[in-house]
Amino acid sequence: MRRKSDKPIKITEVCLRDGSHVMQHQYTEDQVRRVARELDEAGMHYIEVSHGDGLGGSTLQYGKSLVDEMKLIEAAVDECKNSKVAVLLIPGIGTVHELKQAHDLGASLVRVATHVTEADVSAQHISMARELGMETLGFLMMAHMAPPEKLVEQAKLMESYGAQAVYVTDSAGALLPHEVKERIAALRDSLSIEVGFHAHNNLSLAVSNTLAAIEEGATRIDGSIRCLGAGAGNAQTEVLLSVLDRMGVNLGIDIYKMMDIAETIVGPMIPRPQEINRGSLVLGYAGVYSSFLLHAERAGQRFGIDSRDILIELGKRKVVGGQEDMILDVAAELAKARKQEV
Amino acid sequence: MVKIKAAIIGSGNIGTDLMYKLERSEVIELTAMIGIDPESDGLKRAKERGYLAYDNGIEALKHNPDLAEIVFDATSAKTHVRHAKVLTELGKLAIDLTPAARGPFVSPAVKTDTYLDEKNVNMITCGGQATIPIVHAINSVADVSYAEIVATISSKSAGPGTRANIDEFTITTRRGIEEVGGADKGKALIILNPAEPPILMRDTIYCEVKNMDEAAITRSIKQMVETVKEYVPGYRLKQEPLFDGSRVTVFLEVEGAGDYFPVYAGNLDIMTAAATRVAEDFAIHMLEKQSVETKG
Repeated sequence: MRRKSDKPIKITEVCLRDGSHVMQHQYTEDQVRRVARELDEAGMHYIEVSHGDGLGGSTLQYGKSLVDEMKLIEAAVDECKNSKVAVLLIPGIGTVHELKQAHDLGASLVRVATHVTEADVSAQHISMARELGMETLGFLMMAHMAPPEKLVEQAKLMESYGAQAVYVTDSAGALLPHEVKERIAALRDSLSIEVGFHAHNNLSLAVSNTLAAIEEGATRIDGSIRCLGAGAGNAQTEVLLSVLDRMGVNLGIDIYKMMDIAETIVGPMIPRPQEINRGSLVLGYAGVYSSFLLHAERAGQRFGIDSRDILIELGKRKVVGGQEDMILDVAAELAKARKQEV
Repeated sequence: MVKIKAAIIGSGNIGTDLMYKLERSEVIELTAMIGIDPESDGLKRAKERGYLAYDNGIEALKHNPDLAEIVFDATSAKTHVRHAKVLTELGKLAIDLTPAARGPFVSPAVKTDTYLDEKNVNMITCGGQATIPIVHAINSVADVSYAEIVATISSKSAGPGTRANIDEFTITTRRGIEEVGGADKGKALIILNPAEPPILMRDTIYCEVKNMDEAAITRSIKQMVETVKEYVPGYRLKQEPLFDGSRVTVFLEVEGAGDYFPVYAGNLDIMTAAATRVAEDFAIHMLEKQSVETKG
């Protein structure tokens, strides 16, 4: 494999954070301990643990956590001998107070996430994380909604606040391979820090997009084992690692062990298979935040509406990550309009 | 009619919009706009409209203490801490639109008589002004154990101050939900949406209640919407309240009056409109006291 960066690739397993959406935030301490312990043994580089919407995300808007995320973070740290525990922080949802708490419990990396055009809300959190001595990365979400030039402008802001890498985050799983390439290339050319890529598999492109990103120089890469992430999941970690291995890139993570964890631990834990169903396909097709899927399905049932209609309408209204309240609002509106038509 | 004199410190966007709101007041007479940048649009506009315009900051008030009895502070939290001291020494009533929170939190839609003896009151946050009245309305009939609000505003209406310290918004709003709204526990979220054309401010309020009574809650919410409409005409329900077990969900939209800010910036408008209404309550109280004293 020809890569445009000579830095080592570092993988972050996100099933205990992004997968929290699929688990409807009902992870038990036991599950987290078991998954973290096994991933650590497999040699995973980073393991992200937080509510699906990041620190402080346990809300009526996004779903309440069964177990306080701080307890889960503490448990994961306790289980990991080599892997580092990472957390997600979305300014506007979580604050520096939760970040400090997670850091005190042993989290050593944070991804500070904003909508792709709103990087300037992350300044205080990025600088605080650096002060705490955490590895600090920026996460530009819904990257398909802005052209590469805008992405560069926003990534530079995060770099100026102290971020040590910036991710192109395809929250909707809507980016096509050439769009991933141009975005990663643009960041690689204009930043002096590392570039990362976070995929969603809604259009069945997560692994191929991730390969395209790596070729263009991305070195911070996310995956979810057994696709345990919002929507149709992320780049399936054990698949991605196997493909990279075939291409001559060995990351020091035990592939057989990853397959076993997927098969015997994570698979049985997942409430339904993480396949691309019509709901997750529409997320990618309409460019909608992946965690909206289950909320839209529930709202569709409640109001007797096809959840695809809700998602398509949300895409038209250019709704951004975190606006889960719009799902109920739009569903109620569509139901009312239907009634009037009849 | 006799009016109470007022001045604005801070000639930025908030101060300037406030100027237009105060112009319409029947009990407040705006006398001066005080800034630090002589070139600011706010000071220029103030001059054009016939107000005294000073560019030497709080010094202006020290030299001319008769300018105002009520002083609006639309500067920054840090600056207000300094101003608050001076205003107390001068015996002025301070209406604080910064997040400094030296005085108690107030919403003009919630029990105004409890704060009329204060000398410094704080306007909480834009999200707080939009949602706390509803939390209070629900709490008054159903006892709210948990209230959560989501304020979504257009990116264009979020100024550099808000952006640089977004944690201040979530933390201050949460406190307001508890202290003024009456929820046992609160939580606030803020989302910036960059869509073009800019979206109106929208707010969602989720409440978990102890005594569910759909009819009473709906009635109380609608009454409260009418109360807020008195000072923010573009404040409205987007949907009928939704009920689900012990949970109430309320969707609001806030359209601004379009004074200095464009109408989509309902979040900024509701701050200046609420500050104006609070000041008017104080002014009426002061005028009543004066008339009693004269008669006595």
